Amino acid sequence: MDILIVFEAKEGQAHRMSLEAVAAAQSMAKELNLTTAVLVMGKDAKSLAENASALDVGEVLTLEHDLLSEYSADGYTEALKQIIAQESPSYVVMGYTYQARDWVPKVSAQLTIPYISDVISVKAEGESPVFTRMVYNGKLISDITPTGGETAIVSFQAAAYPEDSVISGSAETRSVEVELGASMISTVSEPPFQEESGGVDLSGAEVIVSVGRGIGKEENIPLVEALAKSLNAEVGSSRPIVDAGWLPTFRQVGSSGQSVAPKLYLALGISGAIQHIVGMKGSKNIVAINKDAEAPIFEIADYGVVGDILEILPKLTEAIEQ
Amino acid sequence: MKIGVLVKQVPVSDSSLRVNPDQLWVEEGSLNFEMNENDSYALEEALQIKEQSGEGEVVAISMGPADRTPKIIREALSKGADRGIHIVESSSHESDPYILATLFNEAVKDEGFDLVLSGLQSDDMSTGQTGLILGELLGMSTATMVVETEIQGENLKVKRELESGWFQWVTLSLPACVTIQSGINQPRYASLKGIMSAKRKEIRELQKDELMTGDSLQSLSKMYVQHKDKRTEMIEGDTQEIVSRLVDVFKSEAKVL
Repeated sequence: MDILIVFEAKEGQAHRMSLEAVAAAQSMAKELNLTTAVLVMGKDAKSLAENASALDVGEVLTLEHDLLSEYSADGYTEALKQIIAQESPSYVVMGYTYQARDWVPKVSAQLTIPYISDVISVKAEGESPVFTRMVYNGKLISDITPTGGETAIVSFQAAAYPEDSVISGSAETRSVEVELGASMISTVSEPPFQEESGGVDLSGAEVIVSVGRGIGKEENIPLVEALAKSLNAEVGSSRPIVDAGWLPTFRQVGSSGQSVAPKLYLALGISGAIQHIVGMKGSKNIVAINKDAEAPIFEIADYGVVGDILEILPKLTEAIEQ
Repeated sequence: MKIGVLVKQVPVSDSSLRVNPDQLWVEEGSLNFEMNENDSYALEEALQIKEQSGEGEVVAISMGPADRTPKIIREALSKGADRGIHIVESSSHESDPYILATLFNEAVKDEGFDLVLSGLQSDDMSTGQTGLILGELLGMSTATMVVETEIQGENLKVKRELESGWFQWVTLSLPACVTIQSGINQPRYASLKGIMSAKRKEIRELQKDELMTGDSLQSLSKMYVQHKDKRTEMIEGDTQEIVSRLVDVFKSEAKVL
């Protein structure tokens, strides 16, 4: 095959971003006339293979090995290296998940092949693809071309290619094998665990008033809470506010926190890093207030105000309460 | 414990960015630079690990032009790093994470670090790869997105952040290279004493062009402003006008009032 799509499991099923990677690969395959295959590995390989074989891909490669049943960066790196050697794909694609961040650069380094991470789109220039990615926290875009190696690895940003654009089909599965030894894995991993949610489920909220770095200091947080109260809303936040300890972790919206889709999402002093945006861009109405007119949050806002939240917040709360 | 920390200089976060006429990089002339935020967490973690172990050395390593990079290294020294290494970049900007890691490897491979820390990604290119590839080139065990560290004899135990509020403990044998997630600690401010003593600390300069590298694996062919496809109504006016339009949006568009 030309494009090998590496699947990742989430709660026993294909990760949403793996399906999005299929959508990206299918689009690449169509434009450049390439063939595709999916690689599934790990303890959920069987259910992932079932997910994958219902898609319009060339075939599904199933890799099962005791040393791959639990994720380890070294194990996955060694496995993919061997599969690349066996199958010689021109492209290896996947979602830019937290797990991919942990091991895929190692494959690139060990094989000396390009790895273009966090890609938002692919365009064909002649017979070669050009990969587009965001730089400077989403303020600018760059075009990247792989320049060395027989294989290039590409990972796609969340929602760059929508899951619902995946074309269904039916694909045969084929077993593949690798040789792994316990000595290849230099780390010992304990089972994943979830930290306390604080009983707040932001995903069900109709209105979320979310606060970011623009609030300036901890003493200003009550201004946000007052506005949230007037709107009967939940308070959400971007990562820097949680990092600073001004709001608890369970208030965080984004890839490391909760995903939300309220009727109204009010982004106050949030610049709109992609890690935040992936968690809230499904909101029906996004209103952003930020003093930086170039903040990426305005790219996805329905309504934008370039201004000082400290000035606007108290008056807005007052107006709603009347 | 001998610890290397990668610290990068990046434009301050609310900088107004313009692309050069050659469309290959941003116009840097008028920009102010600061330490990449994730790297400042990595630096703090390195300082805390050294302080807890009671001995050792923290080395701040950076690459960039001669005019602004020493300031970032000096900031690390004034917070408590013991010395600095500056790879002086006088020619073109490097954006290939593999080449960046190769350059850092050339600069530090004889240091014998027990631990190499860096922020999980930079606020400019954000490839999220340089630190991890450096770990590979140095032959170290690796982990990413670390939110807690604990030295246990010859091992390093780290708490890794997974998605959606999940975590995992991973034990690595030293030497190790890990990338640090923001929020792992509260980075300190430099004390006056620290600022004074930083002036006497060594910053070793290496010329980027004299360090060996392999061929690049990817190249940046164009940089530009994203075409926007969503229509945004920008609400303008004085505070009173803005507030009344917002209330109107909440009532008639979002229908939440």
